[in-house]
Amino acid sequence: MKKLLTGNEAVARGAYEAGVVFASAYPGTPSTEILENIAPYKKDIIAEWAPNEKVALESVIGASIAGARSLAIMKHVGVNVAADPLFTFAYTGVTGGTILVTADEPGMHSSQNEQDNRYYAKFAKIAMVEPSNSQEAKDMMLESMKISEEYDTPVLFRMTTRICHSKTIVELGEREEAIKKPYVKNLQKYDAVPSVARELHKKVEIRLIKLEEYSNNSPLNYFEWNDKKIGIISSGIAFQHAKEVFKDTVSYLKLGYTYPLPFEKIKEFADQVETLYVIEELEPFIEEQIKARGIKCTGKEKLSNQGELNPDIISKSLLNKSHEMIEYDASDIVTRPPTFCAGCPHRGLFYELGQRKNIMIAGDIGCYGLSGFAPLNAKDTTICMGASVSMAHGAQKIFNRYNENVRAVATIGDSTFFHTGINSMLDVIYNRGNSITIILDNRITGMTGQQDHPGTGYTLQGMPTTAIDIADLIKAMGVKNLRVINPNDLNEVNESIDWALAIEDEPSVIITRWPCALKKYSSQDLEEFGPIDSKCIIDEDACIGCKQCVKTGCPALIYDPEKNKVDIDPIQCVGCEVCMQTCPVDAISKVGVKND
Amino acid sequence: MTDVKNILLVGVGGQGTILASKILSNGLLEHGYDVKMAEIHGMSQRGGSVVSQVRYGEEVFSPVIDKGNADIIVAFEMMEALRWLGHLKPNGKVIVNNYKLPSARINSGIDQYPENVLDRIKEKANITIIDAADIAADLGNRRTMNVVLLGSLIQAMDLDNIDWNTVVKENIKEKFVDINIEALQAGMNCIK
Ligand SMILES: Cc1ncc(C[n+]2csc(CCOP(=O)(O)OP(=O)(O)O)c2C)c(N)n1
Repeated sequence: MKKLLTGNEAVARGAYEAGVVFASAYPGTPSTEILENIAPYKKDIIAEWAPNEKVALESVIGASIAGARSLAIMKHVGVNVAADPLFTFAYTGVTGGTILVTADEPGMHSSQNEQDNRYYAKFAKIAMVEPSNSQEAKDMMLESMKISEEYDTPVLFRMTTRICHSKTIVELGEREEAIKKPYVKNLQKYDAVPSVARELHKKVEIRLIKLEEYSNNSPLNYFEWNDKKIGIISSGIAFQHAKEVFKDTVSYLKLGYTYPLPFEKIKEFADQVETLYVIEELEPFIEEQIKARGIKCTGKEKLSNQGELNPDIISKSLLNKSHEMIEYDASDIVTRPPTFCAGCPHRGLFYELGQRKNIMIAGDIGCYGLSGFAPLNAKDTTICMGASVSMAHGAQKIFNRYNENVRAVATIGDSTFFHTGINSMLDVIYNRGNSITIILDNRITGMTGQQDHPGTGYTLQGMPTTAIDIADLIKAMGVKNLRVINPNDLNEVNESIDWALAIEDEPSVIITRWPCALKKYSSQDLEEFGPIDSKCIIDEDACIGCKQCVKTGCPALIYDPEKNKVDIDPIQCVGCEVCMQTCPVDAISKVGVKND
Repeated sequence: MTDVKNILLVGVGGQGTILASKILSNGLLEHGYDVKMAEIHGMSQRGGSVVSQVRYGEEVFSPVIDKGNADIIVAFEMMEALRWLGHLKPNGKVIVNNYKLPSARINSGIDQYPENVLDRIKEKANITIIDAADIAADLGNRRTMNVVLLGSLIQAMDLDNIDWNTVVKENIKEKFVDINIEALQAGMNCIK
């Protein structure tokens, strides 16, 4: 059967067909939908959200050693988090075939950097594949499992946003039931103490030679011979863009298996073409290695190593040609930057925090990271998941040392706290810090689209489970100064910020607890927070047009400059009451309406 | 292989461009075309400008449509039509929903909605304006606005030989099928 599948759906299907039994991931754009699409195969595959990528990969390593085909999935920066187990797993190799999917993000549509994770394959000395469409994404899952088991290596499966999120046609197949291998205790393979690891490293080097042989013979690396004036070596989505531009006027060496590279094939290709281009997105991963072997080629002198590639860029850079375009004045078209949704529980906290002076707000990764934009302007920094708490700690220590009158405040989401924030919290407590930590517990992983996590009470495959209570956890760590508040109550927020600022010699923690406005309430949520059954309305006669409510940045508030009045969009409003509390003339009130 | 057609569906997150492009590309697949569809999910979705790119023909390589290379742009919102106009072929068509959705920054008085959007497009391109919101409301469900626009697109691209009713049935919840088939037809009727 033929279906249109995104690359992510195709990888999920491939995992099923390749006999995967255990899959673990931490969500992250553009990879999130892979595990979400594996989860429904409940009968065949155990699919789990891990609290972070390191944990995801480690549980997958355990499953592999126990004898099952296993799969870990993460976005590009997730591999940084998982790099520690990865580099030693590269030494031990696998029992059940194991694949690590890295979903890279050229162009940074929803990411903090655009690192090229192909270098991880070279760095860790493991096999790598790069699909260029959904069919290949599905088929390469099966081939990767074979590579993994035959060559005793984890396989890095490198996707990019355009592959993940583009739909192309896929021919579905059947599940290949792999026989579970027996668990065998084997210290010489899996106990990476120095004496063993030295032996394992030797095997890794031999494995690389064998993998290069595979690469030279792999059907994933193939020629498409046409005119030989120009030859193009390309991989991943760049190959599709290149074919779009050059069609069948040039010859291609299409690389699907890209580490180790097939140097025999590359040499054979280079010998036969007059001009050799290497077309790859982001860094010159292939180009550098080819040049290091003394083969002449052109790549990054012509094509940028920044952002996404597309046919237009290739055509302009290599052929000096582009499509004729309509010229018009676009200067007054305004952007639509992302904002907190109407009723977002992050709004109340940042509305108040943004008005404070002499604080440094260390932000983190998640929806609450949108606090940095106007009109809230309540953020100073973003680095990586979990960093807010530890960065605030370091900064506070320096402010203290130099007697600067600045307080460091960390703002971190619930999923991010479970991810790596916990470790940072330990740092603050253990090292006698006095920074302020605010945990924005909206009862879900918001930014990546409503995934459960250790605090929600449900697993990915829908089983009820222990909901880890962040307040209990913080208390157990020994924090004495702790408050759990409703972020939609501005008085409570304000008063709690004052309270925390007054604690000068110890750590303090505020947990804001209210569900994400997009969350589908569980029965526990309904019990704790009640149903959403009312909306705010504005009395037009009473409104004085001061725009104080608009400073909360709520998209449901619509200011009409002609009337100098604000109106509330009833479709978006969920009755959080934040705007109501900012109105100096009490023009906003709440009415009960049936939830639609 | 010059037969590949390029369709750009643009709008604002939440307007249903994704469902429309899903129905469209599945119809094209059933008809035997090679099809590729590109979307970006994630952060840009929250009230942001969204775009789906659908390419079909005998053999499609890249899933993305270059500037100056769209045969048709279907804009679910007026300002978005203007934003993406540079992607249109100089002789391409634009179908614009007669519908404004101000951004949060416009609503709060920070930015201004551009003036004379439709006239400015008219000066540059072959434009058809569709009152999709009114048509959908008359049918009894404003949410079918996206399928009204899809109907107009199908007619404008001469794709009416495909069995769209079946495709709609396969891609929409049963209780909404009938109204969406009506919406599709209403949209098709807008194009002469
Ligand atoms: C290492 C790493 N993994 C995953 C991501 C993707 N990511 C960005 S935000 C986010 C979730 C944040 O959830 P939460 O902390 O609960 O905040 P919310 O979005 O709900 O406000 C994730 C998983 C990332 N940026 N970095």
